[in-house]
Amino acid sequence: MPIRTEIVSQDRIVFQGEADLVMLPGVEGVMGILPNHAPLLTTLQYGIITVRSKSDDFYFTVAGGIVEVQPDQVTILADAAENVAEIDISRAEAAMQRAEEMLKAGVPQDPDRYLKIQAALRRSTLRIDAARRYTQGRKKRD
Amino acid sequence: MPSAKEMRLRIRSIKNLAQVTKALETVSASKVRKAVQAVNATRPYTEKAWKVLVHLARQPGHAMLHPLLTQRDQVKKILVIMMSSDRGLAGSYNVNIVRHTLQRFHQSEVPVEYITVGRKGRDMLIRRGCKVMAEFSDIANVPTFADLSTVGRLAINSYLEGSADEVYVAYTQFRNMVRQEPVIAKLVPMDIEVTSQTHGGVTTHPSNAVFEYEPDESGLLDEIIPRFTALQVYQAVLSAQASEHAARMVSMRNATDSARELGAILQMDYNKARQQAITNEMLDIAGGANALAESRAG
Repeated sequence: MPIRTEIVSQDRIVFQGEADLVMLPGVEGVMGILPNHAPLLTTLQYGIITVRSKSDDFYFTVAGGIVEVQPDQVTILADAAENVAEIDISRAEAAMQRAEEMLKAGVPQDPDRYLKIQAALRRSTLRIDAARRYTQGRKKRD
Repeated sequence: MPSAKEMRLRIRSIKNLAQVTKALETVSASKVRKAVQAVNATRPYTEKAWKVLVHLARQPGHAMLHPLLTQRDQVKKILVIMMSSDRGLAGSYNVNIVRHTLQRFHQSEVPVEYITVGRKGRDMLIRRGCKVMAEFSDIANVPTFADLSTVGRLAINSYLEGSADEVYVAYTQFRNMVRQEPVIAKLVPMDIEVTSQTHGGVTTHPSNAVFEYEPDESGLLDEIIPRFTALQVYQAVLSAQASEHAARMVSMRNATDSARELGAILQMDYNKARQQAITNEMLDIAGGANALAESRAG
């Protein structure tokens, strides 16, 4: 029995399909969800979601969110999510550089701004990481 | 009868006016499209979020699960978040939402405080002597979720602190280009059954099994429930924005139409007056010529 998997972020459906295994970065560590898992509700960390189906593996980056697990379905309400294959490495690298430079130029006094920059940095690091790890042989785009 | 010059001036100014309103209409039309897209884009997320909430509500003793789900026995203070626009020229958009809100809450026996989003609504409420606790203006066109999380957080905090026992959100629901309805919905404490119905049939999972929570129940609900409240606020703002732009577009189209009509009438009057003047002149000349000819002959 496959698991019906849905990944949605606030502005779109990121993934919808059947899977045999879903790996999630839960707050207390990575967990693998197999069919007939007990109902579970948990929050997510920054990390990578792996959706394994018979024919293919899909990888997604996720920046926090909520997961609801039922025996035959997994619903992921992501704060932000992206298919790793869609990641543009050069853009992510540029974003990372921008964030690093902003932090180097001096830590802003405004805590909100600081958190924003930090979140941007974490996000871009994660995306670069994921893209490098899961899309082998893909050339960097100019 | 105004002079020909005055009439020409008036016609010109009305034509300019029609041009300006036409431009505003076009701008609003494109903004409506964007706003509606934004509303539609959040729909899958909202549906799934409600599904999760409905599942939560089925848990035994859910009313006690979290303070934001618990109805208070006595309501001593009400907080209303009202969405309006920063700018006018949107027909009766702002008036409608303010009237609808006041109808519901002005006669209330319980003190009511307001949080306003948008300058127009704030001004109207203050003029009527309502207590405005906080106001947000200059909300970006098609805002991000993060832009609005403060509004939701403020509502939740005042509920948890006890400075409000019920929180409502008043906004204009976008139905279509010509129909926008003012709506008032209860935000906190969350009434899951009612609210999920208004969000359109949510297909839920048949299982009634008890959830496991990770890390723990209260920590998780503290995370989830405020998020859903913020989501409701976010959707209300998006819908209100779509309505605002649609209302402005329609009212600007009406203004353009009437300006054109008025311009046409004035132009007609002007042409008539001009022709009349020419005819008169012709008659004068003809009369003069006749008189001259008669005096020669005589």
